[in-house]
Amino acid sequence: MKADPRGVLTGIHFMDGDHACCEGALAAGARFAAGYPITPSTEVVERFASRVPTVGGTFIQMEDELAASITLQGAVWGGAKAFTVTSGPGFSLMMEHIGYAVMTETPCVFVDVQRGGPSTGLPTLPAQSDMFQAKWGSHGDYEIIALCPNSPQECFDLTIKAFNLAEEFRVPVMFMMDEVVGHMTEKVVIPSADQIEVTPRRHTHKPVEDYLPYGTNGDQVPEMAHAGEGYKFHVTGLTHDERGYPNMTPQVQDKLVRRLQSKIRDAADRIALFEEEQIEGADVVVVSYGITSRVAQRAIEAAREQGLHVGKLRLITAWPFPEKKIRELAANVKAFVVPELNLGQMVREVERAAAGQAKTFAVSHAGGGVHNPNDILKVIVEASR
Amino acid sequence: MAKGRVSVVVERCKACGFCVEFCPSHVLALSSAFNSKGYHPPHVVHPEKCSGCDLCGMYCPDFAIFATKVKTAGGDK
Amino acid sequence: MSDSLLPDILNNDAVNPVEQFLRSDRIPHIWCPGCGIGTTVNSFARALIESKIDLQSLALVSGIGCTGRVAGYVQLDSFHTTHGRAIPFATGLKLANPKLNVVVYSGDGDLSAIGGNHLIHAARRNIDLKVICVNNLIYAMTGGQTAPTTPDDSITSTNPYGVFEPSFNLPHLVEAAGAVYVARWTTFHVRQLARSISEAFQKKGFSFIEVISPCPTLYQRRNKLGDGLDAMKYYKEKSKVRHGAPTSEVGLTMTGEIVVGKFVDRDRPDYQTLMRGQFAESLGERFVEQTEMVCS
Repeated sequence: MKADPRGVLTGIHFMDGDHACCEGALAAGARFAAGYPITPSTEVVERFASRVPTVGGTFIQMEDELAASITLQGAVWGGAKAFTVTSGPGFSLMMEHIGYAVMTETPCVFVDVQRGGPSTGLPTLPAQSDMFQAKWGSHGDYEIIALCPNSPQECFDLTIKAFNLAEEFRVPVMFMMDEVVGHMTEKVVIPSADQIEVTPRRHTHKPVEDYLPYGTNGDQVPEMAHAGEGYKFHVTGLTHDERGYPNMTPQVQDKLVRRLQSKIRDAADRIALFEEEQIEGADVVVVSYGITSRVAQRAIEAAREQGLHVGKLRLITAWPFPEKKIRELAANVKAFVVPELNLGQMVREVERAAAGQAKTFAVSHAGGGVHNPNDILKVIVEASR
Repeated sequence: MAKGRVSVVVERCKACGFCVEFCPSHVLALSSAFNSKGYHPPHVVHPEKCSGCDLCGMYCPDFAIFATKVKTAGGDK
Repeated sequence: MSDSLLPDILNNDAVNPVEQFLRSDRIPHIWCPGCGIGTTVNSFARALIESKIDLQSLALVSGIGCTGRVAGYVQLDSFHTTHGRAIPFATGLKLANPKLNVVVYSGDGDLSAIGGNHLIHAARRNIDLKVICVNNLIYAMTGGQTAPTTPDDSITSTNPYGVFEPSFNLPHLVEAAGAVYVARWTTFHVRQLARSISEAFQKKGFSFIEVISPCPTLYQRRNKLGDGLDAMKYYKEKSKVRHGAPTSEVGLTMTGEIVVGKFVDRDRPDYQTLMRGQFAESLGERFVEQTEMVCS
């Protein structure tokens, strides 16, 4: 369906990633946010706090991230599209509730504007060191979807995508920004509402007596109901059966947890978004995401000027990881070069997917700034030998 | 003629004793028979004294007992 | 009287008035013999009947623990959330759909220990929630550890030589934080509890009803206080109804007096009233009041 025009700030703007993310959420139909201040993410909800009373919705600043991350889920079950925004330390606090959203299949968006870590780290400086946490941070086996914008324009566009994926798969989506993308100011074009596709809530049309809150008919995603509609359903974080009732046996656990995983994994090819450039005939492919992809572009171009055949693969979806793509490429290229603002995270996935068919070179950076393109160039050259 | 009658859902009872203790008319006692879990559910020893107040029902933590008022034919004159 | 299996004693068409509120397919429940949680559910059900609450617009949110299991046994839109976080979840539910009547039904450990921060902030904000706190003075589900409400000298699994920490006086805490309705009863006071819950339904704002309840398996047993019935007899004997008592004076001890009653009943604008008022004043015409957030 088309976006609600009341939430769409159509026009050409000059705004930073945090602000663009807020506008993306509003355009996607988000009318509820619960947040807690944390640099460098706070502006997203500050803008939302200012915008939403003129659009029709609610923002509440909660007393901590533990509260914010579950308050938004209460709002979802009350009928809203909802999100929260945080950075490393807050992301860590939210982990339990990310798991709750996965288990209860609550569609929502968690924005992490990554900063230097671990712990308090570098509040105002960039890193990309929460990437594995986005997938593995909560306990138990589970899948989530994670997107990485690399510009304020993408902060707008991909936030809408994040909400759409959340609704389609009934899963919390991690929106992995970084401090540079969040704080850089660029041109952002917001189209008219009728040009924006928004995925509606997967709401059931079944009569009360036929509705099973966690029942699926072949399609792996159950239909949802909201509180107050007469369905009198039960939602729990305990292992549950199709009625939503706690049923703590290995059989039910197997069925439930595998479905939660396969509803994402089976659609991985469809979910995977990436940007490719000059992959054909490349010897080396540079795999990057977020702000690092823009720095890497400089290195890639310099390498090509030296006559090297370098391809670019920019990850837009980081999770589920596009294994298939990497595996295909690994058969045809000499090496992957993976620059990241961390000491080696997504590179592990690249290496795993490459399965030894191609070499993998990490270009690590502890965070606090962006790479020097020459450092990436050096590794590209080495990888090409 | 009793004003109320007690119903017992035997399999739910865990023999906590609340209903026996707090029935204001002392209508109930734990029986020597038992349910499939081995608990001795209450039985009605003084049915004629039951007023249908349903305090037993209000106290029962297991929703295993309740009392209802008996419908009398005709009204009071 | 033979030692044999008994059939149900059922009157022809007699129905337990509470049954309509239960997920009968899940009863018998997991609570121990003599546990008082089920008794509180009876009072809750009766309050629903008396207040003629529209069940469709009632949502019940619980946390983790024995009392947290209430959500799974009631035939309502019910949410069994994470430990300590029933109140913020309920806040989100209420803010997204103000037409909902939102009840938080959870235990003393869940609400005042891990959930303590959310308890005081929701009371401060005066979020329109009805909180029923079943206080069995212990962490029961996990095997009988000390709770912030466990009385001095009690034996628990994490204070095997006796609790020496001062314990919370919950009515005092929530009154200080801003609650508009504060009452305490015990599971002996079935009718009064039902009445308090009904009164809370009539009130807008943060209502808190504490119910002292027996945990026979852990609290009672470890402290040689008998079983559930012994606890109920203690409540009957040692409770004193003192409506309007200063909450600073209603602290609990292991075997001492239990002050019960309605302690606080005051009026303060609730969170949503304040929010609407602020926006209307600051934004005037530009304020778009959120009607429903239901996204189709």
